[in-house]
Amino acid sequence: MNNIIDFLYLISIVVFIVGLKGLSHPETARKGNLTAAFAMGAAIIISLFAPMEAGDNNYLWIIGGMLVGSAIGLTAAKKVEMTKMPEMVSLFNGLGGACAMLIGIVEFKHLPAGTEMVSGAVFANIFALFIGAVSFTGSLIAWGKLNGSLRDNLKLPFPQVLNILTLVAIIGASALLMSKPELDFNLVFAILGLSLFYGVAFVTPIGGGDMPVVISLLNSFTGIGATGAGLIYGNDIMIVGGILVGASGIILTVMMCEAMNRSLINVIIGGLGASSGGSGSDREQVVKEVNPSDLAIQLKYSDKVTIVPGYGLAVAQAQHICHEIESILEEEGVEVKYAIHPVAGRMPGHMNVLLAESDVSYDKLQELEAANSEFPTTDVVLVIGANDVVNPSAKEDTASPIYGMPILDVELAKNVVVFKRGMSTGYAGVQNPLFFGDRTKMLFGDAKASLTKLKEEIANA
Amino acid sequence: MELLINFLDQYLAIITVLVLASFLGMEIIGKVPTVLHTPLMSGANAISGVVVIGAVILIRRAEATDYITLVLGFLGIVLAMINVVGGFAVTNRMLDMFKKKKK
Repeated sequence: MNNIIDFLYLISIVVFIVGLKGLSHPETARKGNLTAAFAMGAAIIISLFAPMEAGDNNYLWIIGGMLVGSAIGLTAAKKVEMTKMPEMVSLFNGLGGACAMLIGIVEFKHLPAGTEMVSGAVFANIFALFIGAVSFTGSLIAWGKLNGSLRDNLKLPFPQVLNILTLVAIIGASALLMSKPELDFNLVFAILGLSLFYGVAFVTPIGGGDMPVVISLLNSFTGIGATGAGLIYGNDIMIVGGILVGASGIILTVMMCEAMNRSLINVIIGGLGASSGGSGSDREQVVKEVNPSDLAIQLKYSDKVTIVPGYGLAVAQAQHICHEIESILEEEGVEVKYAIHPVAGRMPGHMNVLLAESDVSYDKLQELEAANSEFPTTDVVLVIGANDVVNPSAKEDTASPIYGMPILDVELAKNVVVFKRGMSTGYAGVQNPLFFGDRTKMLFGDAKASLTKLKEEIANA
Repeated sequence: MELLINFLDQYLAIITVLVLASFLGMEIIGKVPTVLHTPLMSGANAISGVVVIGAVILIRRAEATDYITLVLGFLGIVLAMINVVGGFAVTNRMLDMFKKKKK
């Protein structure tokens, strides 16, 4: 019977792999997601009916938990706004980590009396507990930072030193636990407390712009935590499923870092936006303003217009109006494209999702390199709610915290119009010399209001 | 030393699986286009909810009167199921938007 169960698990693992593989290609992504979901369902059902040597099954508790969890998960997934997606993913991830942590704690209670402390079982418990707890509190901090409630007003002293000390303390407590003749629950709680704190200390110093990388990394941690919990039970699907997420998460993390031209170490140690930076001479420089009616006429007589959307656009829910303006201009014979920076929005690819939501056609979206090669022949670039991804100091100012990050070279275009509420700095907290450029004009105000006005002016002009 | 040999003896099969699966995970992702980073992260996130199986085993093994285990296990299942169901649903919602819409 056990062989049959193991074989069924094996099939689920294969289906998982097929699903994950599908998720990494645009044409098969949707099917891949459904395939992986199917594998998960199958694996859960197998785990419900696999024979157990001991225990009372307690199916009522299990089914109850599943119903409650599924209902909450489904409602949350249906209701969440697309702009809030990164927060949601981060929160979900933290909950998975919390589950691994709980398993780690409870399984300590179930260690048979007289268990050798230096054993794989104890090690697996500590591992699941530690990784799960770090992923849990780390994700909660990331969630808080992304939705703004924790943004940079929470700072721990000497973050790097504190991090290393906490990690050393965790290893020390674990070693002490394993060196004792029998289980000391106080030490388990000490490890738990330190691990929870480590998650906080690890994520807190990391700046806003680097959060997507951290979420991806924490996601990978949760996978590894699931593997740890799988080791406790010697359950292959947990071990393999978890490590698949762990390994692919690390790769994804590294790829995101590459998109921003930063190393992972750099992200973890030097927080983006930690230094306020920037030159002090901003006040002496003047910006030129443009009003919607002048801009409307300019747009109508352009051949090629490129829109650079940023998170500000999405938050204002202005991407729909943006799409309408695009349609009107197209009818007038103006070529309209979108230039998408890899890290526009709050996560890589997030902006593509947001534009897709408002029916912008896929072939109008240009990636960084393609867009940059076309800017010199573009008549007007509309930068809407984007700040850091068009900041030329990433190329010129070695002291800038975003130095080295590839950016959209909008300053090469014939005209640049920046839609912005005011002169405040962007997410990375640095001033943008683009705003003071010769060919740049500013259109101040709420993105949605400005775009609506612009749309009317174009229609009337 | 003896400890290490014992450990390897006991866990070599699992370690093999771990190592191979790690490589497999890295290989599968390969070169993902940036467009898919967010959905992929969210989908992988849902898969990490496989930890729910641990909570199921935990509760099934427990005695019907062991309320601490039952309550903590129940909590674990709730949290992990939010991760699983919410994760797959949200990923599906995102990917739905990429479907070609012809006018």
